[in-house]
Amino acid sequence: MAKFDQNDDSVVVVIGSGAGGGTLANELAQKGIKVVVLEAGAMQSQASFINDEWKSFLQLAWLDPRTTSGTWRVAKDFAGLPAWICKTVGGSTTHWAGASLRLQEHEFKTKTVYGDVKGATLMDWPITLKDMEPWYAKAEDKMGVTRTNGIPGLPGNNNFKVMYAGAKKLGYQECHTGRMAINSVPRHDRARCMQLGFCFQGCKSGAKWSTLYTELPAAEKTGNMDLRTESHAVRIEHNDLGKASAVVYMDKDGKEQRQKARAVCVAGNSIETPRLLLLSASSKFPDGLANSSGEVGKNYMRHMTGSVYAVFKEPVNMYRGTTMAGIISDEARNDTKRGFAGGYEMETLSLGLPFMVAFLEPGAWGDEFAWYIDNYKNMAGMWLVGEDMPRSTNRITLNKDVKDKYGNPVPNVHFDDHDNDVAMRNHAFGQGEKVYKAAGAVKTWRTPPYPSTHNLGTCRMGNDPKTSVCNAYGQAHDVPNLFISDGSQFTTGAAENPTLTIVTLAIRQADHIAGQMTKKVL
Amino acid sequence: MKVIPIVHAQAARSGCDDEGTGEVPKLDLPLVRREFLKGSGVLMGTIASSSVLFSLAPSPVWAVELKTLSKAEGEALMKMGRTLYPHKKLPDAVYALLAKDLDADASKDPQAAQQLKDGVAELNKAAGGSFAKASDAKRKQVVKGMEGTPFFGTVRGKCITSLYNNDMAFAHFGYPGSAWEKGGYITRGFQDLKWLPAPSSQASPKPWFG
Repeated sequence: MAKFDQNDDSVVVVIGSGAGGGTLANELAQKGIKVVVLEAGAMQSQASFINDEWKSFLQLAWLDPRTTSGTWRVAKDFAGLPAWICKTVGGSTTHWAGASLRLQEHEFKTKTVYGDVKGATLMDWPITLKDMEPWYAKAEDKMGVTRTNGIPGLPGNNNFKVMYAGAKKLGYQECHTGRMAINSVPRHDRARCMQLGFCFQGCKSGAKWSTLYTELPAAEKTGNMDLRTESHAVRIEHNDLGKASAVVYMDKDGKEQRQKARAVCVAGNSIETPRLLLLSASSKFPDGLANSSGEVGKNYMRHMTGSVYAVFKEPVNMYRGTTMAGIISDEARNDTKRGFAGGYEMETLSLGLPFMVAFLEPGAWGDEFAWYIDNYKNMAGMWLVGEDMPRSTNRITLNKDVKDKYGNPVPNVHFDDHDNDVAMRNHAFGQGEKVYKAAGAVKTWRTPPYPSTHNLGTCRMGNDPKTSVCNAYGQAHDVPNLFISDGSQFTTGAAENPTLTIVTLAIRQADHIAGQMTKKVL
Repeated sequence: MKVIPIVHAQAARSGCDDEGTGEVPKLDLPLVRREFLKGSGVLMGTIASSSVLFSLAPSPVWAVELKTLSKAEGEALMKMGRTLYPHKKLPDAVYALLAKDLDADASKDPQAAQQLKDGVAELNKAAGGSFAKASDAKRKQVVKGMEGTPFFGTVRGKCITSLYNNDMAFAHFGYPGSAWEKGGYITRGFQDLKWLPAPSSQASPKPWFG
């Protein structure tokens, strides 16, 4: 592992080692650029991952204190856990299910296509699908997305069989085992999927793509990356010219360290990234670093989500095999005849017994709830994921009343559903129920949104510095050597799982950074 | 874990150093089992032969030692667990884990202990005497009446892990738990469902076996 001096100001400092940070670090390292990666979490591995829902949660999840507010149910049921994302090397790519869908063309220009949605801050992205296509292709190859690059689709498990049977009966046309960053055949020195069923708990076979055992080792091999684990960034410093100059972080012994930087790329996921910018306020940036627009932390999106679980007369044993075993994409289109703008995907989902009782209906008890659990073996399940509306009031702010172990204000996540989100969710619940009834379900249950696994938009990209935080390359308008490198960049949320797009933006951002360095602009 | 020391009699020397005479000396130990377990209460029971767990458990007899709560309090909490999450065929042995875990919290924190003791007293009062001995319907009514109280929240919240995050519950509800050490499910029925037609090969290609 390369070791760069803390006073070496020729390095690019990347904060976070997940889909954005891990990919960016490798892409830069491959180009000969020196990178220091500061990862708050510890190093795990396929060997240390645990096939146990609660134990794994304690191993991988971001558990630093957070607070919540707003009318969303998560604030009531999981007041201290607004999001289920990770604090570990590889970030949430250790935990994700692998769904890798490109955003649709109209989803890059929702202001134009959906028009003025009252109470929403819709805005067109400063890039189009056409702009993204060459990099989407690179990302799909890098990640080994099934049904691209000659990679066969994955085989569907029992949970998928149930979804497919119902989908066919209803007349859905786009139902298959998905475009997944999980090896269906051995590829890139990694085995093919063994259908373990613990995708969310870290893939012990390495079949699922994660920066932990792909991008980061590749970066390390170049000799251009210095990965510092258990290194928690707490402040980004800038010089008198307003350029980012260093990152202050707390090491594993709780000691303050400072790494000088030529450029700083923030990829802490959409709650910590804006929090870090807000914590980096100074006399020159009184509202937070790179926040002249006031948009840092705002427009927080978590996707319209919900689940439908169904009980059948015969066993399904949905826990066997991939968690996200298949998809119905018909409803992802934009069709306001349904009563809402935007669309949603329907993706199979399975929870083990321990998490089923915790999440099926938080707080529930009694005969009806017990009946569902009695029938756990006969359950099938799906997750509904769709485009939620960005709102100024859905935002990350610093909670001055609650401090973390370093004495810094924790992030508060405020969220209220938009009417469009509610209408979409109700429609999605209804369609999910119809799919399962068509397959023979005895009873179905509508499960409310979990703590957010998709977190987006809090440092949105745009062409206008008055209404956005960064430009089309994630480059902060106010601070030209500061980059937003994770899902915080998303101008709007789209219906699709975000990881493929985050990786795509990182590859593209790396090209841009390298070009800027060559031109000596950066 | 309680360890009962085994005192060896001085062995006469024979061919092997580590073998004694086989004689078991009469030791001055209390013979009543209850007294071995020095806690404040002991919950005991038997797993019914109809339960899946009967053949899996090393013994159908189970016992849980309580350090802070009394036996009566433990039984009341077990019954409250069964009222909150009524699984007819789930053995008492699993509900005893709820009492065990609440007792562990009570042993660490006097305020937690007080909340539980007061809560159980409330349950008994509302049931008109003994909550544990009341009918199903009465217990349901009493528990519903306590909904929203901190005691209710403590017990219900604990149920989520105590009742369901253990090997007995896994076996009972048909969730096998850890899979990687068995090679996952690719050769163990991940797509064995026969009561629906197989999807098309375009929708669901065959698994790769080389």
